[in-house]
Amino acid sequence: MLNKLSRRKTLMAGCAFILAPTMVSPLWAMSKAEATNLVDKLVADINKVVASGKSDAKMFADFERIFGTYADVPTIARYGLGVEGRRASKSQMRAFTKGFQGYIARKYGKQFQGFIGGEIKVKSTRKVKSFFEVKATAHLKGKAPVEIAFLVSDKSGKDLFFNLFVEGVNMLLAERAEIGAMLDRRRGNLDKMIADLRKAG
Amino acid sequence: MFKDLSPVLLAALLSFGTAFGLSGCAAPSNPTIASSDDPYEAQNRKVHALNRQLDKKIIRPVSKAYVAVVPPEGQIVVSNFADNLALPSSIVNNLLQGNIPGAGQNTLRLVVNSTLGLAGMFDPSSDFGLTEVRSDFGETLHVWNTPQGAYLELPVLGPSSERAAVGIVVDFITNPLGNLSNGDYRKYSRAAQVAAGLGKRSQYGSTVDAILYDSADSYAQSRLFYLQNRNFTLGGTDETEYDDAYFDPYEDIYAE
Repeated sequence: MLNKLSRRKTLMAGCAFILAPTMVSPLWAMSKAEATNLVDKLVADINKVVASGKSDAKMFADFERIFGTYADVPTIARYGLGVEGRRASKSQMRAFTKGFQGYIARKYGKQFQGFIGGEIKVKSTRKVKSFFEVKATAHLKGKAPVEIAFLVSDKSGKDLFFNLFVEGVNMLLAERAEIGAMLDRRRGNLDKMIADLRKAG
Repeated sequence: MFKDLSPVLLAALLSFGTAFGLSGCAAPSNPTIASSDDPYEAQNRKVHALNRQLDKKIIRPVSKAYVAVVPPEGQIVVSNFADNLALPSSIVNNLLQGNIPGAGQNTLRLVVNSTLGLAGMFDPSSDFGLTEVRSDFGETLHVWNTPQGAYLELPVLGPSSERAAVGIVVDFITNPLGNLSNGDYRKYSRAAQVAAGLGKRSQYGSTVDAILYDSADSYAQSRLFYLQNRNFTLGGTDETEYDDAYFDPYEDIYAE
Protein backbone atom coordinates (compact mmCIF):
# COMPACT_ATOMS: atom_id res chain seq x y z
CA MET A 1 0.00 0.00 0.00
CA LEU A 2 2.76 2.36 1.05
CA ASN A 3 4.64 1.38 -2.02
CA LYS A 4 1.68 2.17 -4.27
CA LEU A 5 1.18 5.53 -2.64
CA SER A 6 4.73 6.64 -3.02
CA ARG A 7 4.83 5.50 -6.63
CA ARG A 8 1.74 7.53 -7.34
CA LYS A 9 3.17 10.57 -5.57
CA THR A 10 6.40 10.28 -7.52
CA LEU A 11 4.44 10.01 -10.73
CA MET A 12 2.32 13.03 -9.88
CA ALA A 13 5.35 15.04 -8.90
CA GLY A 14 7.05 14.06 -12.14
CA CYS A 15 4.06 15.08 -14.18
CA ALA A 16 3.69 18.34 -12.33
CA PHE A 17 7.33 19.12 -12.88
CA ILE A 18 7.20 18.42 -16.61
CA LEU A 19 3.84 20.05 -17.23
CA ALA A 20 4.12 22.90 -14.76
CA PRO A 21 4.75 25.68 -17.29
CA THR A 22 1.81 24.69 -19.52
CA MET A 23 -0.53 23.43 -16.84
CA VAL A 24 -3.98 25.00 -16.88
CA SER A 25 -5.95 22.32 -15.05
CA PRO A 26 -5.51 21.89 -11.30
CA LEU A 27 -2.59 19.81 -10.06
CA TRP A 28 -4.81 17.04 -8.76
CA ALA A 29 -6.39 16.32 -12.16
CA MET A 30 -5.76 12.70 -13.07
CA SER A 31 -3.16 11.74 -15.59
CA LYS A 32 -3.36 9.40 -18.53
CA ALA A 33 -1.11 6.95 -16.68
CA GLU A 34 -3.45 6.95 -13.68
CA ALA A 35 -6.48 6.28 -15.87
CA THR A 36 -4.70 3.38 -17.54
CA ASN A 37 -3.51 2.13 -14.18
CA LEU A 38 -7.06 2.02 -12.79
CA VAL A 39 -8.34 -0.04 -15.72
CA ASP A 40 -5.23 -2.28 -15.64
CA LYS A 41 -5.99 -3.14 -12.02
CA LEU A 42 -9.72 -3.54 -12.71
CA VAL A 43 -9.07 -5.86 -15.63
CA ALA A 44 -6.54 -7.90 -13.61
CA ASP A 45 -9.16 -8.34 -10.87
CA ILE A 46 -11.86 -9.41 -13.35
CA ASN A 47 -9.46 -11.85 -15.05
CA LYS A 48 -8.59 -13.34 -11.66
CA VAL A 49 -12.26 -13.91 -10.73
CA VAL A 50 -13.11 -15.33 -14.17
CA ALA A 51 -10.16 -17.75 -13.97
CA SER A 52 -10.90 -18.79 -10.37
CA GLY A 53 -13.71 -21.17 -11.33
CA LYS A 54 -15.68 -20.27 -8.16
CA SER A 55 -19.42 -20.88 -7.76
CA ASP A 56 -21.86 -18.34 -9.26
CA ALA A 57 -22.75 -16.85 -5.89
CA LYS A 58 -19.08 -16.33 -4.94
CA MET A 59 -18.24 -14.85 -8.34
CA PHE A 60 -21.15 -12.40 -8.11
CA ALA A 61 -19.98 -11.37 -4.64
CA ASP A 62 -16.50 -10.77 -6.07
CA PHE A 63 -17.89 -8.76 -8.98
CA GLU A 64 -19.96 -6.67 -6.58
CA ARG A 65 -16.81 -5.86 -4.62
CA ILE A 66 -14.91 -5.06 -7.84
CA PHE A 67 -17.72 -2.81 -9.08
CA GLY A 68 -17.76 -1.02 -5.71
CA THR A 69 -13.98 -0.56 -5.76
CA TYR A 70 -13.44 0.65 -9.32
CA ALA A 71 -16.72 2.28 -10.36
CA ASP A 72 -18.41 5.49 -9.25
CA VAL A 73 -21.49 3.53 -8.19
CA PRO A 74 -23.52 6.48 -6.76
CA THR A 75 -23.12 8.46 -10.00
CA ILE A 76 -23.96 5.49 -12.24
CA ALA A 77 -26.96 4.61 -10.07
CA ARG A 78 -28.24 8.20 -10.03
CA TYR A 79 -27.89 8.43 -13.81
CA GLY A 80 -29.75 5.12 -14.16
CA LEU A 81 -32.66 6.47 -12.15
CA GLY A 82 -32.75 9.67 -14.23
CA VAL A 83 -35.42 12.30 -13.48
CA GLU A 84 -37.09 9.89 -11.04
CA GLY A 85 -34.10 10.52 -8.78
CA ARG A 86 -35.46 14.01 -8.03
CA ARG A 87 -38.43 12.69 -6.08
CA ALA A 88 -36.44 9.98 -4.27
CA SER A 89 -35.81 10.52 -0.55
CA LYS A 90 -32.30 10.11 0.82
CA SER A 91 -33.07 6.68 2.25
CA GLN A 92 -34.72 5.57 -1.00
CA MET A 93 -31.65 6.74 -2.89
CA ARG A 94 -29.42 4.77 -0.51
CA ALA A 95 -31.54 1.62 -0.89
CA PHE A 96 -31.64 2.05 -4.65
CA THR A 97 -27.87 2.51 -4.95
CA LYS A 98 -27.22 -0.59 -2.85
CA GLY A 99 -29.73 -2.67 -4.83
CA PHE A 100 -28.30 -1.34 -8.08
CA GLN A 101 -24.76 -2.39 -7.15
CA GLY A 102 -25.83 -6.01 -6.61
CA TYR A 103 -28.00 -6.00 -9.73
CA ILE A 104 -25.12 -4.78 -11.93
CA ALA A 105 -22.72 -7.31 -10.37
CA ARG A 106 -25.10 -10.19 -11.18
CA LYS A 107 -26.06 -8.94 -14.62
CA TYR A 108 -22.56 -8.14 -15.88
CA GLY A 109 -21.05 -11.03 -13.90
CA LYS A 110 -23.14 -13.44 -15.96
CA GLN A 111 -21.67 -11.90 -19.10
CA PHE A 112 -18.13 -12.14 -17.74
CA GLN A 113 -18.65 -15.87 -17.18
CA GLY A 114 -18.66 -16.17 -20.96
CA PHE A 115 -15.05 -14.94 -20.77
CA ILE A 116 -13.85 -18.13 -19.05
CA GLY A 117 -10.69 -19.30 -20.79
CA GLY A 118 -10.20 -15.83 -22.24
CA GLU A 119 -8.51 -12.66 -21.10
CA ILE A 120 -9.10 -8.90 -21.18
CA LYS A 121 -6.19 -6.72 -22.29
CA VAL A 122 -5.89 -2.93 -22.08
CA LYS A 123 -5.07 -1.44 -25.49
CA SER A 124 -4.97 2.34 -25.42
CA THR A 125 -5.89 5.46 -23.45
CA ARG A 126 -6.87 8.89 -24.72
CA LYS A 127 -8.30 12.06 -23.21
CA VAL A 128 -11.87 12.91 -24.25
CA LYS A 129 -13.44 16.12 -22.94
CA SER A 130 -12.80 16.13 -19.19
CA PHE A 131 -12.16 12.42 -18.78
CA PHE A 132 -10.21 9.48 -20.17
CA GLU A 133 -11.27 6.66 -22.44
CA VAL A 134 -9.43 3.41 -21.83
CA LYS A 135 -9.94 0.83 -24.55
CA ALA A 136 -9.60 -2.87 -23.88
CA THR A 137 -10.18 -6.05 -25.85
CA ALA A 138 -11.58 -9.26 -24.41
CA HIS A 139 -9.91 -12.15 -26.23
CA LEU A 140 -12.28 -15.08 -25.90
CA LYS A 141 -11.90 -18.76 -26.60
CA GLY A 142 -13.46 -19.66 -29.95
CA LYS A 143 -15.32 -16.33 -30.29
CA ALA A 144 -14.71 -13.02 -31.99
CA PRO A 145 -12.89 -10.56 -29.68
CA VAL A 146 -15.08 -8.09 -27.77
CA GLU A 147 -14.19 -4.38 -27.64
CA ILE A 148 -14.72 -2.65 -24.30
CA ALA A 149 -14.22 1.05 -23.55
CA PHE A 150 -14.07 2.34 -19.96
CA LEU A 151 -14.64 6.03 -19.24
CA VAL A 152 -12.59 7.14 -16.25
CA SER A 153 -12.82 10.35 -14.24
CA ASP A 154 -11.69 11.72 -10.87
CA LYS A 155 -14.63 14.09 -10.46
CA SER A 156 -16.00 12.00 -7.60
CA GLY A 157 -12.79 12.74 -5.70
CA LYS A 158 -11.23 9.41 -6.65
CA ASP A 159 -10.10 7.83 -9.90
CA LEU A 160 -13.11 5.70 -10.89
CA PHE A 161 -14.86 4.54 -14.05
CA PHE A 162 -18.33 6.00 -14.60
CA ASN A 163 -19.42 4.32 -17.84
CA LEU A 164 -18.46 1.46 -20.07
CA PHE A 165 -19.19 0.54 -23.67
CA VAL A 166 -19.28 -3.09 -24.78
CA GLU A 167 -19.13 -3.29 -28.58
CA GLY A 168 -20.52 0.24 -28.65
CA VAL A 169 -23.40 -0.41 -26.25
CA ASN A 170 -23.50 2.30 -23.58
CA MET A 171 -24.06 0.96 -20.06
CA LEU A 172 -25.48 4.23 -18.65
CA LEU A 173 -28.09 4.47 -21.43
CA ALA A 174 -28.96 0.75 -21.32
CA GLU A 175 -29.45 0.87 -17.54
CA ARG A 176 -31.48 4.08 -17.62
CA ALA A 177 -33.82 2.42 -20.14
CA GLU A 178 -34.00 -0.74 -18.03
CA ILE A 179 -34.59 1.03 -14.70
CA GLY A 180 -37.26 3.17 -16.44
CA ALA A 181 -38.99 0.01 -17.69
CA MET A 182 -38.82 -1.55 -14.22
CA LEU A 183 -40.42 1.57 -12.75
CA ASP A 184 -43.15 1.58 -15.42
CA ARG A 185 -43.96 -2.01 -14.56
CA ARG A 186 -44.51 -0.90 -10.95
CA ARG A 187 -46.50 2.15 -12.06
CA GLY A 188 -43.79 4.46 -10.80
CA ASN A 189 -43.62 3.00 -7.29
CA LEU A 190 -39.99 3.49 -6.30
CA ASP A 191 -40.02 1.18 -3.27
CA LYS A 192 -41.52 -1.71 -5.21
CA MET A 193 -39.01 -1.19 -8.02
CA ILE A 194 -36.12 -1.21 -5.52
CA ALA A 195 -37.46 -4.50 -4.11
CA ASP A 196 -37.57 -5.94 -7.68
CA LEU A 197 -34.04 -4.71 -8.32
CA ARG A 198 -32.69 -6.80 -5.44
CA LYS A 199 -33.85 -9.93 -7.26
CA ALA A 200 -33.10 -8.79 -10.82
CA GLY A 201 -29.99 -9.28 -12.94
CA MET B 1 -36.75 -19.30 -57.92
CA PHE B 2 -39.04 -19.03 -54.94
CA LYS B 3 -39.37 -22.73 -54.25
CA ASP B 4 -35.97 -23.07 -52.66
CA LEU B 5 -36.00 -19.87 -50.69
CA SER B 6 -35.35 -20.63 -47.05
CA PRO B 7 -38.09 -19.51 -44.67
CA VAL B 8 -35.68 -17.07 -43.08
CA LEU B 9 -35.04 -15.27 -46.33
CA LEU B 10 -38.66 -15.44 -47.35
CA ALA B 11 -39.52 -13.67 -44.14
CA ALA B 12 -36.91 -11.05 -44.97
CA LEU B 13 -38.44 -10.57 -48.39
CA LEU B 14 -41.93 -10.20 -46.93
CA SER B 15 -40.78 -7.66 -44.40
CA PHE B 16 -39.01 -5.82 -47.19
CA GLY B 17 -42.40 -5.17 -48.76
CA THR B 18 -43.68 -3.94 -45.42
CA ALA B 19 -40.65 -1.73 -44.96
CA PHE B 20 -41.22 -0.06 -48.28
CA GLY B 21 -44.96 0.22 -47.85
CA LEU B 22 -44.41 2.01 -44.57
CA SER B 23 -41.37 4.06 -45.40
CA GLY B 24 -43.42 6.44 -47.51
CA CYS B 25 -44.46 8.32 -44.42
CA ALA B 26 -41.14 8.28 -42.59
CA ALA B 27 -39.08 11.42 -42.82
CA PRO B 28 -35.45 10.33 -42.97
CA SER B 29 -33.59 12.96 -41.02
CA ASN B 30 -30.73 11.91 -38.75
CA PRO B 31 -28.13 9.48 -39.99
CA THR B 32 -28.57 7.65 -36.69
CA ILE B 33 -31.79 6.94 -34.87
CA ALA B 34 -32.43 7.99 -31.34
CA SER B 35 -34.34 5.32 -29.44
CA SER B 36 -37.33 7.63 -29.30
CA ASP B 37 -37.54 7.81 -33.10
CA ASP B 38 -39.54 4.67 -33.63
CA PRO B 39 -42.67 5.43 -35.69
CA TYR B 40 -43.50 1.72 -36.14
CA GLU B 41 -43.18 0.88 -32.48
CA ALA B 42 -46.65 -0.70 -32.19
CA GLN B 43 -46.06 -3.00 -35.19
CA ASN B 44 -42.46 -3.66 -34.14
CA ARG B 45 -43.60 -4.73 -30.68
CA LYS B 46 -45.99 -7.28 -32.20
CA VAL B 47 -43.17 -8.73 -34.31
CA HIS B 48 -40.92 -8.71 -31.24
CA ALA B 49 -43.47 -10.73 -29.26
CA LEU B 50 -43.57 -13.29 -32.08
CA ASN B 51 -39.78 -13.43 -32.37
CA ARG B 52 -39.50 -13.94 -28.62
CA GLN B 53 -41.95 -16.85 -28.76
CA LEU B 54 -40.11 -18.30 -31.76
CA ASP B 55 -36.82 -18.11 -29.87
CA LYS B 56 -38.26 -19.55 -26.69
CA LYS B 57 -40.11 -22.44 -28.35
CA ILE B 58 -37.78 -23.32 -31.22
CA ILE B 59 -34.50 -21.45 -31.78
CA ARG B 60 -33.17 -21.50 -28.20
CA PRO B 61 -33.93 -25.21 -27.49
CA VAL B 62 -32.77 -26.33 -30.95
CA SER B 63 -29.53 -24.36 -30.61
CA LYS B 64 -28.95 -25.99 -27.20
CA ALA B 65 -29.51 -29.41 -28.76
CA TYR B 66 -27.20 -28.52 -31.66
CA VAL B 67 -24.25 -27.63 -29.42
CA ALA B 68 -24.95 -30.65 -27.20
CA VAL B 69 -24.90 -33.09 -30.13
CA VAL B 70 -22.32 -31.62 -32.49
CA PRO B 71 -18.78 -31.57 -31.03
CA PRO B 72 -17.03 -28.16 -30.91
CA GLU B 73 -14.69 -29.08 -33.79
CA GLY B 74 -17.72 -29.87 -35.97
CA GLN B 75 -19.36 -26.58 -35.05
CA ILE B 76 -16.21 -24.71 -36.08
CA VAL B 77 -16.15 -26.51 -39.45
CA VAL B 78 -19.81 -25.61 -40.05
CA SER B 79 -19.32 -21.98 -39.08
CA ASN B 80 -16.14 -21.70 -41.22
CA PHE B 81 -18.03 -23.13 -44.18
CA ALA B 82 -20.91 -20.70 -43.72
CA ASP B 83 -18.52 -17.76 -43.27
CA ASN B 84 -16.70 -18.67 -46.47
CA LEU B 85 -20.02 -18.66 -48.36
CA ALA B 86 -20.70 -15.13 -47.18
CA LEU B 87 -17.38 -13.82 -48.56
CA PRO B 88 -18.38 -13.17 -52.21
CA SER B 89 -21.20 -10.94 -51.03
CA SER B 90 -18.84 -9.07 -48.68
CA ILE B 91 -16.34 -8.59 -51.52
CA VAL B 92 -19.02 -7.07 -53.78
CA ASN B 93 -19.91 -4.64 -50.99
CA ASN B 94 -16.25 -3.84 -50.16
CA LEU B 95 -15.87 -2.84 -53.82
CA LEU B 96 -19.11 -0.81 -53.89
CA GLN B 97 -17.78 1.11 -50.87
CA GLY B 98 -14.44 1.72 -52.54
CA ASN B 99 -12.74 -0.39 -49.86
CA ILE B 100 -10.09 -1.91 -52.12
CA PRO B 101 -7.81 -3.26 -49.33
CA GLY B 102 -10.85 -4.93 -47.74
CA ALA B 103 -11.91 -6.47 -51.04
CA GLY B 104 -8.35 -7.69 -51.63
CA GLN B 105 -8.07 -9.22 -48.18
CA ASN B 106 -11.44 -10.99 -48.52
CA THR B 107 -10.56 -12.26 -52.01
CA LEU B 108 -7.25 -13.73 -50.82
CA ARG B 109 -9.13 -15.23 -47.90
CA LEU B 110 -11.71 -16.78 -50.21
CA VAL B 111 -9.00 -18.29 -52.42
CA VAL B 112 -6.92 -19.66 -49.53
CA ASN B 113 -9.84 -21.04 -47.51
CA SER B 114 -11.57 -22.55 -50.55
CA THR B 115 -8.41 -24.44 -51.55
CA LEU B 116 -6.05 -25.02 -48.58
CA GLY B 117 -9.07 -24.81 -46.29
CA LEU B 118 -10.89 -27.59 -48.19
CA ALA B 119 -13.90 -25.74 -49.61
CA GLY B 120 -14.01 -23.40 -46.64
CA MET B 121 -14.29 -26.00 -43.89
CA PHE B 122 -11.07 -24.75 -42.31
CA ASP B 123 -9.78 -21.23 -41.84
CA PRO B 124 -6.00 -21.14 -42.50
CA SER B 125 -6.32 -17.50 -43.66
CA SER B 126 -6.83 -16.22 -40.12
CA ASP B 127 -3.51 -17.81 -39.14
CA PHE B 128 -1.88 -15.63 -41.81
CA GLY B 129 -3.64 -12.56 -40.45
CA LEU B 130 -6.17 -12.50 -43.28
CA THR B 131 -9.22 -11.93 -41.11
CA GLU B 132 -12.68 -11.34 -42.51
CA VAL B 133 -13.70 -7.79 -43.45
CA ARG B 134 -17.41 -8.49 -43.22
CA SER B 135 -19.73 -6.14 -45.03
CA ASP B 136 -23.27 -5.94 -46.30
CA PHE B 137 -25.34 -3.75 -48.59
CA GLY B 138 -26.79 -1.96 -45.56
CA GLU B 139 -23.25 -0.73 -44.86
CA THR B 140 -22.80 0.20 -48.52
CA LEU B 141 -25.93 2.37 -48.28
CA HIS B 142 -24.45 3.94 -45.14
CA VAL B 143 -21.22 4.71 -46.98
CA TRP B 144 -23.32 6.23 -49.77
CA ASN B 145 -24.89 8.56 -47.16
CA THR B 146 -28.32 6.96 -47.18
CA PRO B 147 -30.04 7.70 -43.87
CA GLN B 148 -30.70 4.77 -41.55
CA GLY B 149 -34.46 5.36 -41.64
CA ALA B 150 -36.73 4.11 -38.89
CA TYR B 151 -36.05 1.19 -36.59
CA LEU B 152 -37.62 -2.11 -37.67
CA GLU B 153 -37.87 -5.46 -35.99
CA LEU B 154 -38.02 -8.09 -38.74
CA PRO B 155 -39.73 -11.46 -38.31
CA VAL B 156 -37.16 -14.19 -37.54
CA LEU B 157 -34.19 -11.91 -38.38
CA GLY B 158 -34.82 -9.56 -35.46
CA PRO B 159 -33.68 -5.95 -34.92
CA SER B 160 -32.99 -3.96 -38.08
CA SER B 161 -33.65 -0.61 -39.72
CA GLU B 162 -35.26 0.47 -42.99
CA ARG B 163 -31.82 0.84 -44.52
CA ALA B 164 -30.49 -2.48 -43.22
CA ALA B 165 -33.65 -4.31 -44.35
CA VAL B 166 -33.22 -3.01 -47.90
CA GLY B 167 -29.60 -4.15 -47.67
CA ILE B 168 -30.62 -7.69 -46.69
CA VAL B 169 -32.85 -8.02 -49.75
CA VAL B 170 -30.28 -6.55 -52.15
CA ASP B 171 -27.59 -8.85 -50.74
CA PHE B 172 -29.90 -11.81 -51.21
CA ILE B 173 -30.80 -11.02 -54.82
CA THR B 174 -27.27 -10.11 -55.86
CA ASN B 175 -25.42 -12.87 -53.96
CA PRO B 176 -22.99 -14.16 -56.60
CA LEU B 177 -23.30 -17.72 -55.26
CA GLY B 178 -27.10 -17.71 -55.54
CA ASN B 179 -26.99 -17.55 -59.34
CA LEU B 180 -23.91 -19.60 -60.06
CA SER B 181 -24.42 -22.70 -57.97
CA ASN B 182 -26.54 -25.76 -58.57
CA GLY B 183 -29.45 -26.95 -56.44
CA ASP B 184 -27.60 -29.44 -54.21
CA TYR B 185 -24.82 -27.04 -53.38
CA ARG B 186 -27.37 -24.42 -52.50
CA LYS B 187 -29.20 -26.82 -50.18
CA TYR B 188 -25.99 -27.66 -48.29
CA SER B 189 -24.98 -24.06 -48.02
CA ARG B 190 -28.39 -23.04 -46.63
CA ALA B 191 -28.20 -25.89 -44.11
CA ALA B 192 -24.73 -24.75 -43.07
CA GLN B 193 -25.90 -21.18 -42.68
CA VAL B 194 -28.85 -22.20 -40.50
CA ALA B 195 -26.61 -24.47 -38.38
CA ALA B 196 -24.01 -21.71 -38.02
CA GLY B 197 -26.82 -19.41 -36.88
CA LEU B 198 -27.83 -21.92 -34.22
CA GLY B 199 -24.20 -22.10 -33.08
CA LYS B 200 -24.10 -18.30 -32.76
CA ARG B 201 -27.34 -18.27 -30.78
CA SER B 202 -25.70 -20.58 -28.28
CA GLN B 203 -22.33 -18.78 -28.26
CA TYR B 204 -23.92 -15.47 -27.40
CA GLY B 205 -26.56 -17.25 -25.32
CA SER B 206 -26.10 -15.39 -22.05
CA THR B 207 -26.26 -11.97 -23.72
CA VAL B 208 -29.31 -12.84 -25.81
CA ASP B 209 -31.05 -14.43 -22.83
CA ALA B 210 -30.34 -11.38 -20.68
CA ILE B 211 -31.95 -9.09 -23.26
CA LEU B 212 -34.89 -11.29 -24.25
CA TYR B 213 -35.84 -12.89 -20.94
CA ASP B 214 -34.35 -10.94 -18.01
CA SER B 215 -35.29 -7.42 -19.08
CA ALA B 216 -38.37 -5.53 -17.90
CA ASP B 217 -38.81 -4.32 -21.51
CA SER B 218 -37.01 -6.69 -23.86
CA TYR B 219 -38.20 -4.74 -26.92
CA ALA B 220 -36.63 -1.48 -25.72
CA GLN B 221 -33.37 -3.23 -24.74
CA SER B 222 -33.12 -5.05 -28.11
CA ARG B 223 -33.66 -1.76 -29.93
CA LEU B 224 -31.07 0.08 -27.85
CA PHE B 225 -28.50 -2.71 -28.22
CA TYR B 226 -29.04 -2.99 -31.97
CA LEU B 227 -28.90 0.74 -32.73
CA GLN B 228 -25.81 1.40 -30.62
CA ASN B 229 -23.95 -1.69 -31.77
CA ARG B 230 -24.78 -1.07 -35.43
CA ASN B 231 -23.61 2.51 -35.08
CA PHE B 232 -20.38 1.27 -33.49
CA THR B 233 -19.82 -1.29 -36.27
CA LEU B 234 -20.43 1.22 -39.05
CA GLY B 235 -18.77 4.29 -37.59
CA GLY B 236 -16.28 2.62 -35.26
CA THR B 237 -13.36 4.49 -36.75
CA ASP B 238 -15.00 7.90 -36.89
CA GLU B 239 -13.87 9.41 -33.61
CA THR B 240 -15.96 12.57 -33.75
CA GLU B 241 -19.17 10.61 -34.18
CA TYR B 242 -18.04 8.31 -31.40
CA ASP B 243 -17.36 11.20 -29.04
CA ASP B 244 -20.99 12.30 -29.17
CA ALA B 245 -21.93 9.23 -27.19
CA TYR B 246 -19.45 10.26 -24.52
CA PHE B 247 -21.61 12.56 -22.46
CA ASP B 248 -20.45 13.48 -19.00
CA PRO B 249 -22.89 12.39 -16.28
CA TYR B 250 -21.11 14.66 -13.79
CA GLU B 251 -22.16 17.71 -15.76
CA ASP B 252 -25.77 16.82 -16.52
CA ILE B 253 -27.09 14.05 -14.40
CA TYR B 254 -30.70 14.42 -15.49
CA ALA B 255 -30.00 14.95 -19.18
CA GLU B 256 -32.31 13.08 -21.53
